[in-house]
Amino acid sequence: MRKLRTVRLAGAAAALALLLASCAENAPQDSLRPAGPYQEEIHRLFVPVFWVAAAIFFLVQGALVYFLYRYRHRPGREGIPPQVHGNTRLEIAWTIAPALILAFVAVPTVTTIFDLARRPSGDVLHVQVVGHQWWWEFRYTDPAYDTGQGPLTTANQLHVPVGRTVELTLTADPQDVLGAGNAVIHSFWAGRLFGKQDVVPGRENRIVFSADEPGVYPGQCYEFCGLSHAWMRFEIVAQTQEDFEAWVRAQLQPAVAPAGGLAARGLDVFTGPLSSGLGTCIACHTIRGVETAAGKGGPDLTHLASRDCFAGCKFRLTEENLRAWLRDPPAMKEGSFMPNYRLTDEEIDALVAFLLTLR
Amino acid sequence: MATVSIPTTRARLLGRPRAKTGLWSWLTTVDHKRIGIMYGFAAFFFFLAGGVEALLIRVQLAGPEGRVLSAEAYNQIFTMHGVTMIFLVVMPFGAALINYLVPLQIGARDVAFPRLNAFSFWAFLAGGLFLYSSFFLGGAPNGGWFGYPPNASTDPSPGMTFYAIGLTITGIASTASAINLGVTIINMRAPGMSLFRMPVFSWMALVTQFLLIFSLPIITVALIQLLFDRRFGTHFFDPVAGGDPILWQHLFWLFGHPEVYILILPAMGIVSEILPVFSRKPLFGYQFVVFSGIAIGFIGFGVWAHHMFAAGLGPVANTAFGLSTMIIAVPTGVKIFNWLATLWRGDVRFRVPMLFAIGFVSQFVVGGLSGVTHAVVPADYNQTDTYYIVAHFHYVLFGGAIFAFFGAFYYWWPKVFGRMLDERVGKAVFWLLFVGFNLTFAPMHILGLQGMPRRIYQYPDGFGWNLWNLAATVGAFIIAVGVLVFLVQAAASFRRPKDAPADPWDARTLEWSIPSPPPEHNFDEIPVVHALDDWWHRKYAEDRGGVIHPVPAGGAEGPGTGHGEAGAGHGILLPSPSYYPILASLGLPLVGYGVMYERLWWLAVLGGLWVAAALYGWALEPSAEEG
Repeated sequence: MRKLRTVRLAGAAAALALLLASCAENAPQDSLRPAGPYQEEIHRLFVPVFWVAAAIFFLVQGALVYFLYRYRHRPGREGIPPQVHGNTRLEIAWTIAPALILAFVAVPTVTTIFDLARRPSGDVLHVQVVGHQWWWEFRYTDPAYDTGQGPLTTANQLHVPVGRTVELTLTADPQDVLGAGNAVIHSFWAGRLFGKQDVVPGRENRIVFSADEPGVYPGQCYEFCGLSHAWMRFEIVAQTQEDFEAWVRAQLQPAVAPAGGLAARGLDVFTGPLSSGLGTCIACHTIRGVETAAGKGGPDLTHLASRDCFAGCKFRLTEENLRAWLRDPPAMKEGSFMPNYRLTDEEIDALVAFLLTLR
Repeated sequence: MATVSIPTTRARLLGRPRAKTGLWSWLTTVDHKRIGIMYGFAAFFFFLAGGVEALLIRVQLAGPEGRVLSAEAYNQIFTMHGVTMIFLVVMPFGAALINYLVPLQIGARDVAFPRLNAFSFWAFLAGGLFLYSSFFLGGAPNGGWFGYPPNASTDPSPGMTFYAIGLTITGIASTASAINLGVTIINMRAPGMSLFRMPVFSWMALVTQFLLIFSLPIITVALIQLLFDRRFGTHFFDPVAGGDPILWQHLFWLFGHPEVYILILPAMGIVSEILPVFSRKPLFGYQFVVFSGIAIGFIGFGVWAHHMFAAGLGPVANTAFGLSTMIIAVPTGVKIFNWLATLWRGDVRFRVPMLFAIGFVSQFVVGGLSGVTHAVVPADYNQTDTYYIVAHFHYVLFGGAIFAFFGAFYYWWPKVFGRMLDERVGKAVFWLLFVGFNLTFAPMHILGLQGMPRRIYQYPDGFGWNLWNLAATVGAFIIAVGVLVFLVQAAASFRRPKDAPADPWDARTLEWSIPSPPPEHNFDEIPVVHALDDWWHRKYAEDRGGVIHPVPAGGAEGPGTGHGEAGAGHGILLPSPSYYPILASLGLPLVGYGVMYERLWWLAVLGGLWVAAALYGWALEPSAEEG
């Protein structure tokens, strides 16, 4: 019996240790370390609820262990304990007590639900988030970010200015976007900034958030969406107002065609038919500034080299990774809708040189 | 007056099976006890399959970027793990115990429709094997047990078609079984066994049958729509053509949440049987425990959208379902407090069934509390689709239901097989499962809050998830060792003599008043019931102060013995074995394969005719006849 109690105490201590350990510094998607007011609001609700739950946990487990110890069978004990069948007053008490506790939890829950659902007003940055199999597209839909050929569009890294309220519109509408994959349900969450919402084909859900400090806040898809669900990641890059404006200015520019050399050859490979006869890059990719490159199936590559990651942020954007990717995308990321185009070494060299000029 | 002549011979397709032992006797049996045993063995077989799947998942996730399984293999494995554990393990474990025990607990000789009972079992097994045949026929289901379209409706592999058809077949089995057992409990109780003298396990079984009857039609509709979307080009869930993927979610969870209570209520019933026996006190607040079970059943139909808080239903719907989810915590709490109060001032004996029942209470509390944090809707925006949810429902379904079932195995094993299970080995099994379980699933709370998503076949390094995933994998293998030890112990018990006494635990309910194992006809004489815990009161008289005295020459002196052959000398006419239930169920997978494959359309027709022919023969055959 003593063994049972020791184990339970050890369990409780371990649970506490786990809880403390769970605030580890090296967990960049940790919802317990809010980095903006919207996640902060959820945190303020969750923490007291957690402690109420913890108190009930210790109360119930404590009573359980105490009863087991106190009323354990002792050798030599004869006879049968008094047959207690129940007690109506006690029953009423322990029906009402939890109901009261829950009522106390319910009030802030309801106010927070409505609080978070409110549409923001004032100086709000609007971004449309489109979920594809298996990468994210971000479109800055405010007039200030119009490129002349539609909204500023990027992939996998969402840049936002710190302190400014951002309203995301989540879609996976197949009639709007001719993605190469199927329009399926995704869910969008960066653990330190906001609560998650699903991305549902045919519907528009909203997330409002803002980031307090500059930094990179990773997130990913949380609704199972097929083969590479595990690698449908993104990063929210929160920047100071100046850095963000500089970024926007650069992104609004069209791409500059390389003057010559390997990169110029790469542009030709990009726009022309591939030597394997299997297709062409521009069927799926847009590069503003390259007139024929207006495909919609894959990510907009206008400023690819300004991003830190690609392919649903599975890979850091390095020359080496790009080269490996172009050689065989489905081998690099399971189920990739960009097929293996059986590019020659020469084509790959040229393409990589060209893509790295897209800053 | 006209006389009614009863024909002594009838037109029939097949004769009566005659085998009393051996394979044929099992294939054609309609005895609720044998059917219960078969449910148990089949469910345990699937439990091992689902367990192997769980180990594969844990091996893959032991460290970052695991490479044991491909993405496709992982998706099939985690889908089949969920489908198996829910539909082929926990549900049939419940069915096994309910089938075996409820007629004994209510003082009946069998269920209301014995052949339908056999049909339910064989149809369940056929559905389960149909699902598992997918591994050899182009790929198992890979869209999650929740099967959300459009992903599930557009995935090109055949897996989710197997899912839609296989679960429809097991749904037919469960529906037939639910009607059968519900009718049994309502109509076949022994004289004096009023509803409020019924053991809590039988009560929870009754509530479960109602939940099944009302929830299964909903999932059936959804599954057939999914099947039509996949096979016949309909667009129920396709937004481009005016369908709606959210429709599936409503239908699925309108079934799926009552399903949670279908899984847990029998377990709560088991615990309500074990705790009093080993505390040597009646269950505290019997009526409150029963009513809270009924309340859980009712409210369970009003909380489904808490699985969809992030789906964008809007603040009003989220508020309503958040509040209803909080409300369901109240009757659940009532049960926990009553179990605690049952221990209070008892004479607690730590036998193996008791350890598992205590484990249930302790771990279920954790699952219940994390469940309340889901009801705090904005917190659920963080928790949903993370490992926090995985932790939560394993605390309910493994720490809860599976622990209760293991308690039930140890508790009723002597009754069912006439052999005791060794206490020391049993305690080792309990501690292995208890430690392994908590090591596997407690860290998942943290993983979830740290943002680890569910259903990912790989995770990157550097997100703080490595350590706890490794711990969970170690825990899973400790669980596996515990299950293996149980398996060896159970197998070894069959080599021991059949010497279990009729009432080894000094228990309270009617099944302990008859020999272990019970004779085929259960009761030599149908008992007349005078009280709740009637068997206990036949052994002990209680004075006004609640003090107990053994009854001279009462049951405490030893229960009645069986009288050899089934019903021999008692004029008891038991339902006769039949070929038709298993024959009818065999037609169902034929229809399934016919619908699966365009070229095999004729198989669907053949299967349909097969079922019809078997039902025709069944209808002409009398339920019982002198053998």
